[in-house]
Amino acid sequence: MQSVFRIASMLGALTLPAFGEPVTEFMLDNGLQIVVIEDHRAPVATQMAWYRTGRADEPAGQSGIAHFFEHLMFKGTDSVAPGEFSAIVAANGGRDNAFTSDDYTAYFQRVPTAQLGEMMRLEADRMANLNLSSENVATELQVILEERGQRVDSDPSALFREQMSAAQYLNHPYALPVIGWLHEMQQLNRDKALDFYDRHYAPNNAILVVAGDVDPAMVRELAQTHYGPLEPSDTVPLRLRPSEPPQLAARRLIMADARVAQPYIMRTYLAPERNAGDQKKAAAITLLAEVLGGSGTTSVLSRALQFDSQIAVYSGAGYSGVSVDSTTFSLIVVPSAGVSMVDAEKALDDTLAKFMETGVDPADLARIKTQVRAAEIYARDDAGDLARSYGAALAVGLTVQDVQDWPAALDAVTEADIMAAARAVLIPENSVSGWLETKATP
Amino acid sequence: MIRAVFITLALLVTSPLRAEVEIVEVTSPKGIKAWLLEDHTIPFTALNIRFQGGTSLDRPAKRGSINLMTALIEEGAGDLDAQGFAKSRDDLAASFTFASDADGISVSARFLTENRDAALGLLAQTLIKPRFDQDAIDRVRGQVLAGIEADAKDPSAMAATLSSAAIYGSHPYGSDDAGTVGSVAALTKQDILTAFADAIAADRMVIGAAGDITAAELGAALEGLLGELPAAGAPLPPKASPNFLGGITVQDFPGPQSTVLFSQSGINVKDPDFMAASLVNEIFGGDRFTARLMTELRDKRGLTYGVGTGLASMAYAESMDGSFQASNEKVAEAVDMLRAEWAKLSVGDITQAELDAAKTYMIGSYPLRWDGNGSIASILVGMQINGFAMDYPKIRNDLVRALTLDDVNSVAQRLLQPDQLQITVVGQPNPPPK
Repeated sequence: MQSVFRIASMLGALTLPAFGEPVTEFMLDNGLQIVVIEDHRAPVATQMAWYRTGRADEPAGQSGIAHFFEHLMFKGTDSVAPGEFSAIVAANGGRDNAFTSDDYTAYFQRVPTAQLGEMMRLEADRMANLNLSSENVATELQVILEERGQRVDSDPSALFREQMSAAQYLNHPYALPVIGWLHEMQQLNRDKALDFYDRHYAPNNAILVVAGDVDPAMVRELAQTHYGPLEPSDTVPLRLRPSEPPQLAARRLIMADARVAQPYIMRTYLAPERNAGDQKKAAAITLLAEVLGGSGTTSVLSRALQFDSQIAVYSGAGYSGVSVDSTTFSLIVVPSAGVSMVDAEKALDDTLAKFMETGVDPADLARIKTQVRAAEIYARDDAGDLARSYGAALAVGLTVQDVQDWPAALDAVTEADIMAAARAVLIPENSVSGWLETKATP
Repeated sequence: MIRAVFITLALLVTSPLRAEVEIVEVTSPKGIKAWLLEDHTIPFTALNIRFQGGTSLDRPAKRGSINLMTALIEEGAGDLDAQGFAKSRDDLAASFTFASDADGISVSARFLTENRDAALGLLAQTLIKPRFDQDAIDRVRGQVLAGIEADAKDPSAMAATLSSAAIYGSHPYGSDDAGTVGSVAALTKQDILTAFADAIAADRMVIGAAGDITAAELGAALEGLLGELPAAGAPLPPKASPNFLGGITVQDFPGPQSTVLFSQSGINVKDPDFMAASLVNEIFGGDRFTARLMTELRDKRGLTYGVGTGLASMAYAESMDGSFQASNEKVAEAVDMLRAEWAKLSVGDITQAELDAAKTYMIGSYPLRWDGNGSIASILVGMQINGFAMDYPKIRNDLVRALTLDDVNSVAQRLLQPDQLQITVVGQPNPPPK
C-alpha cells in the first residue's frame, strides 16, 4: 500500500541500478561518445541520443528554451518534413520521444533492430540540418504553454516544487524549472531556438547509447556511416555554471492552494552529487535515503511515523546523485487526518534527532544491501532502462566505469559512512522546509 | 473504473512474439493451470495471478471493501506482522504487488532463482493466512481515505467519477471502487474477511509466468502456492447496461486548464470486428504522434499537449474513451474539433494511405511489445482472459494484414456514434463548450 499518493512519485523511485550486462564503449573521431548495451532476448534496438545540455545550460532570461528546443527537433530538416521522423518510426512499429532535464536532453527510438541504421541516419540528420519554419515554431510554443498548464499550473504539488527549488538554490540555475517560467516561455522564438541549436548540438556534445539485440561492431560501422561525417563544434560551452555560496539560513515557505486535498511537508537539503572516480559520499547518501525512507513499511521514518505512532499516512526520503552540480536530499511527511503540520514536522525532527543518536540498525543495512545486489539481476530485464541509466550518468560527466562501479560502491558503505553522510547533509542552514496547505475556495 | 480501462487496453494490444519461443500450458498435479514462457537468460521469475471479479464484487453498502482488503494482503500473514512480513520479503529481495481493479485482483510476484522456494512460501502465506490485524486495517484505511479525499480535488478523477456514474448508474462500474469516505470508514475486520473470501478463490484464477523456471518446477510451485485456496468465491458480477446519451457536462474547478473526458459505446475483444476497430482507433486517436486527433488538436493548432482514445473491452461492458487537457479559453474550440473529427470518421473516410501506415505500425510494433519477464507474465494472463489460443502470437499479424479499406471503413461506420459522444469537462472553460 505504497502508491496511494501521487506525491510519493515526486521523490522519484530511489532506484539502485546495478549491471551485469555486456557493455562496449568507443568514440568517433568527431567526439561522439558511443555506448552499446547488448540484450539479445528480442529483435529490438533502442537508440538514444543524449546531449550534455539541459535547463541549467540555458542563457539567462530564456528559461525553458532547452525543453522548447527538444520539441522543435521533431519539426523537420532540409530533407525530412516536419513529423516525418516520427511517422517513419511508427511505420516500422517503433516508438520515439524525447525528454529534457536540468542537465541533459535525450531523444530515443525503439525499433526492430533492422531499422537501426535508418534511425541513425535521421538522428544524425537533425543533429546538423534542422530547418524550422516560423509557423511551426509559433504553434509548438502553444503546445509547450499547454504542457506547462497541464503539468505544472494545474498541479499545486508541481507549483510547490518550483517554489522549493527556487528557495533552495541561491545562485545556481537549478533554481529554475525545467519547463521554464511562464513569462519567459512566452518570449521564446525561432531566433533564440536557432542560437541554442548552434551552441549546443554537435557530435562532440553528445552521447549515443544503443541497447538491445545489436552487435557492437555493427553499431560502430553504422555510427561511422551516419554520424561520422558530422563536423565537431569548437564552441561547445563548458558547463561552468554559477555555483552556490555558503548557505547561512534555514528557509521556510508556506504555500496554500484551494486545489490541495492532502497537505504535506517537504524538506530538502543541499547534497553533493556523484563525481567521476569519486562516488563514495554519494553512495552513502543514497543508502541514507534508503534507511530513512526507502521502504514504506520498515524504513526509520515509516516505523516512527506510521507504525510506532500514527502521525503520518505517508513518509519518505529521496536522493539521486546523477547530477552535474549539487543536488538535493528530500524528506516528505503527509500527516494523518487531524494531525497539524506543526506536530507532523516536530515528529519528523524528533525522529531525525533520535536517528542521529541511535544510528543505523545493522539488520536494516544488510536487508538493503541484499536488495541492491538483487537489483543487479532485475535491472537486466529492461534494456531500455539500462540505456537510460547509462545515458544519464554519462551526460552528467560520469563514466561507464563509474556506472559499473556503483553497485560495489553501494555494497561497501558502512553504518559509520551513513551516519557521516547524515551529519554532512542534514544541516539546517542548507535546508528548505515547505508546507503545502489547502485553503477555502474564494 | 478508469484504472480497469487502461489495464484492459494493455492486455489487448500486447503479446509476445519471439520466433524461437513457445508458450506452454502447465498443469499442476491437482489440476491448476498456468501459461509459461521459459527463458533462462536472467536468474529470476515473474509470476502473475489474476483473480477475476475484483472490486465489482463489493457487497451492498460495503463499497471499497475489496480495494481495502487487497491493500491489506501484504500487511501481515501467518506468524508475521506487517513489519515482519516486509523484512522477510526484503531479505529475499522478492517483490509482491497486490492490485485491485473493477475486473479483478492481480498478484504480481518477482523472485530470484536462488531463493525461489522461500519466496513462494512467503507469498503463499499471504493467500492462505492473511492476518488483517486491526492496527493494519486502521493504518491502511487512513491511506485509502486520504486517497479518496485527494481524488475529490483531482480533475481527472472528478471527470472519471462523473462520467462513470452517468454511463453505468448502479452497476459497480458506475462508482469509485475505492468507496466513499463514509463506506470505507464503516468497514470492519469482518467485512475485510468477507471480501477476501468473496474475491480470492480457485474458481477464478488465471495464471501466467515467465523467466527462469521449468514447467515441472512451476507446476509444483503452483500446488504449494494455490493448492489450499477455497474452491469457490462469490458469484461474478452481472453485465453492465451502459447508457451513452451524448451531451456535455461541465463541473466547475479552479485552474488555468480544463480536463476533458469523452466516451461512447465500444466493442468486445471477442467480436470478429475487434481487430478492424483497433485499426480505426489507431488511426483516430492511437499511440502515434501522427494519429488524427493528435495532428488536428496538437500539431496544427496547439490546443493541447496530448490527446488520445482507446477501446476498453472490460469484463462487463465495452466503451471507446479518450481525454485531453486544454487551457480554459481553448476548450470550446478543441471540443468543436473533437466533434468534427468524430463526425468525419463516422461516415468511414479512412484513406488507403492512413490504413497502410496504421497497419505497418500495428504489425511492426507487435514484436516490440516484448518487454521482459514482468510484462510477459501479465500478457500471458491477458491472452487467457481474452480467450486467445496459445498460438495467437503467430497468427495475429496475418489478421491485421488481411483487413481491407472496406473492412475498416465499415467498422468505423459501425463503431463511431457521434450522437452518443458523452463529454465531461472539469474546469472553468470560457467560452463554454457545446
